[in-house]
Amino acid sequence: MASPATLAHPAATPRETEGVYTDTAVRLFALAAVLWGVVGMLVGVIIAAQLTWPQLNFGIPWLSYGRLRPLHTNAVIFAFGGSVLFATAYHVVQRTCQTRLFMPGLALFTFWAWQIVIVSAAITLPLGMTQAKEYAELEWPIDLLIAVVWVSYAIVFFGTIGIRKVRHIYVANWFFGAFIIAVALLHIVNSVAIPASLTKSYSAYAGVQDAMIQWWYGHNAVGFFLTAGFLGIMYYYIPKQAGRPVYSYRLSIVHFWALIFTYMWAGPHHLHYTALPDWAQSVGMVFSLVLLAPSWGGMINGIMTLSGAWHKLRDDPILKFLIVSLSFYGMSTFEGPMMSIKTVNALSHYTDWTVGHVHSGALGWVGLISMGALYYLIPRLFGRQQMYSVKAIELHFWIATIGIVLYIAAMWIAGVMQGLMWRAVNPDGTLVYSFVESVKATFPYYVVRLAGGLLYLTGMLIMAWNVVMTVKSGKVATAPIPAVAAAHA
Amino acid sequence: MDSLYLLIPLSVGLVLAILAVFGWALHGGQFEDLESEAERILTEDDRALDADQASDPGAREQSHV
Repeated sequence: MASPATLAHPAATPRETEGVYTDTAVRLFALAAVLWGVVGMLVGVIIAAQLTWPQLNFGIPWLSYGRLRPLHTNAVIFAFGGSVLFATAYHVVQRTCQTRLFMPGLALFTFWAWQIVIVSAAITLPLGMTQAKEYAELEWPIDLLIAVVWVSYAIVFFGTIGIRKVRHIYVANWFFGAFIIAVALLHIVNSVAIPASLTKSYSAYAGVQDAMIQWWYGHNAVGFFLTAGFLGIMYYYIPKQAGRPVYSYRLSIVHFWALIFTYMWAGPHHLHYTALPDWAQSVGMVFSLVLLAPSWGGMINGIMTLSGAWHKLRDDPILKFLIVSLSFYGMSTFEGPMMSIKTVNALSHYTDWTVGHVHSGALGWVGLISMGALYYLIPRLFGRQQMYSVKAIELHFWIATIGIVLYIAAMWIAGVMQGLMWRAVNPDGTLVYSFVESVKATFPYYVVRLAGGLLYLTGMLIMAWNVVMTVKSGKVATAPIPAVAAAHA
Repeated sequence: MDSLYLLIPLSVGLVLAILAVFGWALHGGQFEDLESEAERILTEDDRALDADQASDPGAREQSHV
């Protein structure tokens, strides 16, 4: 048994006491996640309203749908989701390695630099500065800063793994690690561009080459940023909140290796029936179908962690967030492979079904598991036993869940309807419906979708209030590093 | 499809790298005694508070349940 003081990393900043975890970056990222969650979801509600009533563009270019839509996606994925991932990865890697962060100063740098990236995005996207690559719209100077932040993130994370006091690397860290490496690779390859000026650049790839690189990036960003990273969250926070080890630790390891071995080639399913060679489309479809197995293995493993203790789900609203997020993960990882089948894709592609699918993953899986993890994390970071109001967590859960169901059900119906209307032909071979008739028919579903989005945003606002009250009534708390059990190097 | 000349070697290289890391994990003893590793994260009480806050019962029990 070593005393906590001797376990502290020698390079620790003098400001923070030796023998306690370095949680400043965790705290900042956790609070930033709540702020950016509110902002990103608000922009989502605005553009949902614009799709319903286009007059809401107000003829102002900066507020037009085409500019706000990438602002919404960047804000929710990279500002909200990214902050959650930074906070949880820094938190989990310290606890599971029983050591302080490697280079805590660099961790703080990743926080402030990431905020600069977010603010730059919020300024440049409404101004119309874009590389026009979906989920990679930001112009080259911001892309360079992202690359610097990401390399720093990798140094802090893997450095902490390197100075771990526990020999075994907990499975959550494998998921976080794969996410960090894969996103670095994807970002760098996809963002290669020739600058024409400070605010304009052209992709190094052209035509269908560019499309292939873009969707290799796009789908793997879903796979590693929005899946692997959040699975890392799942494998730590569900066992901790449930007070039980994961259902099968063995399965979690199989889940990890199976997922990362098979993910990389699912991208071409975004390019069915395009100029991409047919065989590449089929490869994408087959790999997407294969992915169903590890995805469901992981989902079942997470949910079954509560096996024999299902009553906890009734009493604990944080567990509700975490477990229901997995059921949405299961739904969307079933729906995704189905939609990648070419014949299904012929109906679903370019319709609102895709939007519904994305949001069942984004609102249901990524959103709910993030909120669950934040509800676990924030009171602990501020020296409280639980959030200011547990009832408000329960209310948030139900409002958010009803919002998601309204959203995705509306988009399913709208999407299938659009697909059927677009392909309907008269006996003489002419189209039965003009495009604008399908737009008119979609109107009521856009209203329902807006209502669903509004509910989800309301839930997020309740969370923001709860977090403010928790932080106000608590104070910054440090957590001691426990002594490491014998026989571990 | 020139971009595939970039993506396929990249993916193959990645799979080989993953295989190497997997080999390291397997032979480095990462997969020994998995049950106790799954339990380990639960043994730490991360509700630990500063001495300062632990002495203030309100900080622990103030929640509006």
